[in-house]
Amino acid sequence: MTDDLKAFEVVDERKGSSRSEGVRSLRADAWHDLRRNPLFWISAALIVLFVVMAIAPGLFTNTSPRETVLSEARTPPSSENWFGRDVQGYDLYARCIYGARASILVGVFAAAGTAIIGTIFGLLAGYASGATDAVVGRVAEIFFALPLILGAVVILTALPPSDEYFVIVFKVVLVFWILGWPTIFRLMRSSVMQVRPNDYVQAARALGGSPWRIVTSHILPNAIAPVIVVSTINLGVYISAEATLSFLGIGLQPPTISWGVMISDALVAMRSAPHVLLFPAAFLSLAVLAFIMLGDAVRDAFDPKSR
Amino acid sequence: MTQDPNVEAQVAPTEVGANAAEAGDRAVMTEPHDAYSDHEVITPHAVDGHVASRLDPDAPAVLEVEDLKMYFPVKSSGLVRRTIGHVQAVDGISFQVPKGGSLGLVGESGCGKSTTGRLITRLYQPTGGSMMFEGQDLAKLSNREMKPLRRDVQMIFQDPYTSLNPRHTVGAIVGAPLAVHGVVPKNKILSRVQELLEVVGLNPEHYNRYPNEFSGGQRQRIGIARALTLNPKLLVADEPVSALDVSIQAQVINLLQDLQKEFDIAFLFIAHDLAVVRHFCPEVAVMYLGKIVEIADRETLYSKPYHPYTQALLSAVPDVKQAAIGGRRERIRLEGDVPSPINPPSGCRFRTRCSLAQEICAKVEPPLLQIGPRHKVACHFAGELGQHPVAPVTAGLLGVDDHGSPTSSGPAATPLTSGPGYEKEWFDVKSRQMTSGAAG
Repeated sequence: MTDDLKAFEVVDERKGSSRSEGVRSLRADAWHDLRRNPLFWISAALIVLFVVMAIAPGLFTNTSPRETVLSEARTPPSSENWFGRDVQGYDLYARCIYGARASILVGVFAAAGTAIIGTIFGLLAGYASGATDAVVGRVAEIFFALPLILGAVVILTALPPSDEYFVIVFKVVLVFWILGWPTIFRLMRSSVMQVRPNDYVQAARALGGSPWRIVTSHILPNAIAPVIVVSTINLGVYISAEATLSFLGIGLQPPTISWGVMISDALVAMRSAPHVLLFPAAFLSLAVLAFIMLGDAVRDAFDPKSR
Repeated sequence: MTQDPNVEAQVAPTEVGANAAEAGDRAVMTEPHDAYSDHEVITPHAVDGHVASRLDPDAPAVLEVEDLKMYFPVKSSGLVRRTIGHVQAVDGISFQVPKGGSLGLVGESGCGKSTTGRLITRLYQPTGGSMMFEGQDLAKLSNREMKPLRRDVQMIFQDPYTSLNPRHTVGAIVGAPLAVHGVVPKNKILSRVQELLEVVGLNPEHYNRYPNEFSGGQRQRIGIARALTLNPKLLVADEPVSALDVSIQAQVINLLQDLQKEFDIAFLFIAHDLAVVRHFCPEVAVMYLGKIVEIADRETLYSKPYHPYTQALLSAVPDVKQAAIGGRRERIRLEGDVPSPINPPSGCRFRTRCSLAQEICAKVEPPLLQIGPRHKVACHFAGELGQHPVAPVTAGLLGVDDHGSPTSSGPAATPLTSGPGYEKEWFDVKSRQMTSGAAG
C-alpha cells in the first residue's frame, strides 16, 4: 500500500517535469502552431462575434427585426438606422444581426452532420474493404453525382412546408447532409486506407484487440485530421450554399430571417437602394471568409507539410 | 515496483535513460567465440558475455508447423473482380520451434518469410496446413478462440517507425495488451509498464512520452516491451533489427538474448542478415520462393550447406578471415531474378537460377529430405559445395529415373519425412541408404 502511494507521488512529479521539458502530443503540437498563426486569431475573433450574434442578438440591438416602418422604406444609412431600412421598412442592422442565427445554425449542423455521417461510412468502407466498401462506395457515388442545386430543389419541394423556425432550418440542413456526406466519406475512406497497413494496426490485431478498439483507438485518431480541416472549411461553404438556396427561394423562407433571404429581398431595389443588398452580402462574405480562414489555419497546424 | 534485481543485472544500466544506454553499451564487434568454419562472418558480439545461443536438442517443440500454405488471390481489375491467380507466398512449409529456443528463417525479399511470421501470429488466415501450439491448431481457430492464445504468441515488427501509434504515449502502447486482455487491474497497469520499460533498458519515467521523441533503437525497445507485456511463450521477430543502425543492432540482439534466457521465450527469428541469424539462432531454415530449401542446426548450415541456394547465400557474406590475408572467397553469383510466385517454375523452384539444374529438376519437385541428425535439404543434387553428386540422390526414393521419368519399380518403401521434426533415421546422401548415424 505504501509502495503504491509512493509510486503515485513519483508519477505526479514526472508529469510535471516532462511538461517543463517541452514534451507534447501531436494535438498539443497543432495547438502550438495554431497559436502562432495570426490568421487563426482573426478568424477566431470573427467567428466568436458571429456565434455571440447568433446566440444573443439582443446584445447588439434593441430594435426588433420584425418592426416595419413602411414610410421610411429604402432610407439610406443614418445615425438612427445604421444600415438604413430595406424595401419593407425593416431596420437592416437588426435584421443582419438576427440573420446570423440561421446561417450559423445551418453551417454548424450541416458541417457536423456530414462529418459524422461521412466519417462513419468512411471508417466502415476503408476498414472492412471488400464488398462493404464496394456497396457504400457505389451509394456514395450516386449521391455525389446529384448537383447540389437540383438535388436541393427536388428534396426541399418534396418535403412538407412548415412555419416552425427550427423545422425550416432543419430542412435545409437535411439537404446538406444528404448531398454533402460523400465528400467527407471519400476523404475519410482514403485516409483510413492509408493508416490501416501501418504496423501499429497489425500489432493491435496481434494483441487480440477487437475491431472496435482498433478502429476507435488506432485508425480514427490517425485518420481524422483531413476531415477536421475540410469540415471547418465546409462550415463556410454551407453558409454560402444556404444563402444561395435562400436567394433562389427554396432554402430558408420568410418569416425566417437569414442573410440569403435578405439578399433575395434586396434584388427588387438593387439600383435604387444598393445598401439593402450591400450589408447582408458583407455579413455573409465575412462569415464565410472567417470559417475558410480558420480551416486554412487548422490545416497548416495539422499538416505543416502541405503549406 | 516489483523489479526483479536479476533483470536489472542482466540489462544495461537504465538510470540515465536509454540514450545513455545506447551510447554507453555500444557493442564491440569481435570475432564470434564459437567460430565453426571458413565462413567467418561479422557477428554482433558484445563484451558483456553475450555468446551465440546454444541448441538444446532435447527441448520439446513449442510450435510445430506442418505443410503451411498461404495463397493470396490476385483479382482482375474492372467492375467484376474475378480471381485470376494466386500468389503462392508460402507453399507447404514445415518446421518446429523448440521451447525456449530459436529458429532463424532467412531468405531473400519476397520469399515468404514475413508472411510465415504473420501466419503464426494469425494476422493472416492460412490457406492450408497446421500450426500446433500447446495442443491447439492455430490455423483452425476462429478469431474469438484465438484471443486467449494471443497472449502466448506475440510479434516484434521490423519498422520501429510504423509499429508504434504516434498518437499514443509509450505507457498506452506498452500497457495496451494488459487493457485488451484485462489481466491486470487498471491501477496496476502503470507499474507493470514501468517494470517492462526498465526490462528493455528504457527510462521508466518516460512512460508519458510519445514515440516521436525516441530514436529508432529506443522505439524498437518499446515494441519489444509491448510484445513482452503478456509474458509470451513464443515471439515472432520479423526482421527486428534490419531497420536499425548497425551499432544499435547488436544491442537489440543482446537484449533479445537476455530476455530469452530470462523469460524462457521461444523465438521465430526472421531475418535476411545471415550474421545476425547465426548469432541468435541455433537452428536455421532457408526459404526460397515460399518453400524451405534447407533447414539445419547452425554448425551444419554455416559450415556444410548442401543446397546450392544456401551455398550461394553464404558466399555473399563478407569474409573477414580471408580479407585479412588478402584473399577472397569465391563468390557464387545467381543469375536472373526470383521468378514470380504467381506462376512458380515447375519441379524445383530454384532450378531457373541453379547451376546444377538438370531435366529431373523441372519434372519432379525435390522433397525436403532429412540427410543428417538435424539437417534437411530439398535438392536432387544435394551435396557439399563442389562435391554435388552427378546423379540425382532422390531418384530412387521418388521412383523416377535420373531424368525424372517414372520407373516401373515405383517409389521406394521408405517414407519421405517431411514433418516438422526430425527422425531417428535419415537418408545418407553419400551411401544412398537409410542410416541412424551409429554405423558411420
